[in-house]
Amino acid sequence: MLAELNELLGASPQRPGTGKFTLLRDTGTDGSFLVHHFLSFYLRAGCKVCFVALLQSFSHYNIVAQKLGVSLTAARERGQLVFLEGLKSCLDLLFGEEEPSGEPSPLQFISGSTSNLKALFDFVRTSLTPADSASWKGSVLLVDDLSVLLSLGAAPVAVLDFIHYCRVVVCSQLQGNIVVLVHGSEDAEDEENDLVGNSLGHHSDLILWVEGLATGFCKDVHGEIKIIKRLSLESTEQDLVQVYQYKIQERNVTFFARGLSAAVL
Amino acid sequence: AEGVVCGHDLFVASAMEPPDNILKVKTHRRGKDILIDHNYLEIASPTTSTKFGHYYDISKTMSPELLQSIKWHSFYLPEELSLEPKLKMCNMNCGYANLLHSIQRVIYQEGFDGSHPQKKQKNILRIGIQSLGSLLWGDDICSSDTPEDIHSLTKFLYVLRGLLRKSLSACIITVPSHLIQNKAIMERVTNLSDMVVGLESFIGSERETNPLYKDYHGLLHVHQIPRLNSLICDVSDTKDLAFRLKRKQFTIEVREAVLFHYFEPKRWNTWENRPTPTSLELEDFLVFHFHSSLIFFFLITLAVGARQLLETREEHLSSRLLILTQAERLCMGRRFFTAFHIFNELPCKGYGLSLFSAKASTQRGICSH
Repeated sequence: MLAELNELLGASPQRPGTGKFTLLRDTGTDGSFLVHHFLSFYLRAGCKVCFVALLQSFSHYNIVAQKLGVSLTAARERGQLVFLEGLKSCLDLLFGEEEPSGEPSPLQFISGSTSNLKALFDFVRTSLTPADSASWKGSVLLVDDLSVLLSLGAAPVAVLDFIHYCRVVVCSQLQGNIVVLVHGSEDAEDEENDLVGNSLGHHSDLILWVEGLATGFCKDVHGEIKIIKRLSLESTEQDLVQVYQYKIQERNVTFFARGLSAAVL
Repeated sequence: AEGVVCGHDLFVASAMEPPDNILKVKTHRRGKDILIDHNYLEIASPTTSTKFGHYYDISKTMSPELLQSIKWHSFYLPEELSLEPKLKMCNMNCGYANLLHSIQRVIYQEGFDGSHPQKKQKNILRIGIQSLGSLLWGDDICSSDTPEDIHSLTKFLYVLRGLLRKSLSACIITVPSHLIQNKAIMERVTNLSDMVVGLESFIGSERETNPLYKDYHGLLHVHQIPRLNSLICDVSDTKDLAFRLKRKQFTIEVREAVLFHYFEPKRWNTWENRPTPTSLELEDFLVFHFHSSLIFFFLITLAVGARQLLETREEHLSSRLLILTQAERLCMGRRFFTAFHIFNELPCKGYGLSLFSAKASTQRGICSH
């Protein structure tokens, strides 16, 4: 959990919030530190988390989470974390034997038998719907990252449908939160990716947009983050936009106003 | 070559030529899709090995005894397709599906994924795949703007990533990116890879005759480096790398821009001692940097160093962006990046601070923004 980011967002583990849809976007740089932050934040807050990790292995997130003060193995064992390791699930689908339990694999759309992401949605729904009495403070769906689904053959509409269904269940019915990462590149040549990112942006309560510096690489400032808070979806009030720069360290990320990096002061 | 020297297992896949040729015979190809096939090399001398890697003499081929000391597997697409022409996997291209099955079979049978714990020694599998995405693999992303199946390559890479993550193996792939017209595919490929390095050869381009680049044969671009098991990644200071292919050696060097020599205040402390560019080099500058030629001409005639650059900031505010974008392409030295960071009100250390003097002309001015 990155304490400085919590201050900037006005969030705290005691009040994780309800029914919020947060969109993480990164262009030209790696915004995965935000995913690590939200993962450890919601686990600290005592929420039940369903993490759809498509790009990296479990041990990668576990090692980073330990640096941020949370143990993923312990959370998984006590049932607080449901972890879908996309890479492993894909291998099981293609090289493994038939499912003994008869349940379809969450990433079934890769095999081409269906074109929608219903199996993935069913997985999310069953992991977050409380089987026992509500012992957790809330439900959270975390996806890293959505652009991979496009690379694997899902149509942009299918991805948007999936997110829509998840919002109905997680945000509306369960009063939980959703955090989704959409990765883009500087040149923005991937139209499908932009379509998904922009469309989700219109529905988000909070957008964290991470970009590299326009002047290139700098050792002391790794990039810029734009925090866009949607004050109200109904009214015509302007969104609240704040811009900060950041530097990633081993166990922490420091944020500061533009031009005021510690290297200068 | 590193794999052979370290005693690792090899898996070489190619659709173009039999893998035996890659491992034994030296084929020296130049051109835009080059990748350094340093597979057919020999160690010059064991004593010159550094703590990471070895030196190779690329004018010789590897001795057969050295090759026989390791176990290597080969995948030659025409042969494999004749054995199993109908193999299908999730609507993927046939060649890719075959390759994935082959890699998975080797990983499983040789125990690289821990499936045979009774094996005494753990070893690493190095996989090399040549020219993935080219027409020879049955994929049309290199030949068509709207390919029939744009997901084959990315699906392949995703499954390969899964195989690598769960086994003791590493893979290097060459992709003829200059042939792929659909840029979205290249972005997705980059996203699915851990490390992405681009080689840009000067052959056939205008840079071949440019005196700026006369010592080198091409540029090396590091597009992405892995950020695994950590929040941070190990980014090197310099992004301006060029490579040179000599008779016996392939080297990668940090390129110093010629411009840097003219504007380095330390090198000349009086106006009389300044180096004077020859007219040819100056002209090349102006032609090469078309948009910024006005700016640089101005700087050259006034022998402006970095200090003056900052003092004339107000006048050049409108052209500030031009300098920046061209500078990126120039890959200028560190001091210029420092100056540009100040321009953009970004922090920079050391040299930049002592250079910049605020309007109040204090001894050590600090950027007021």
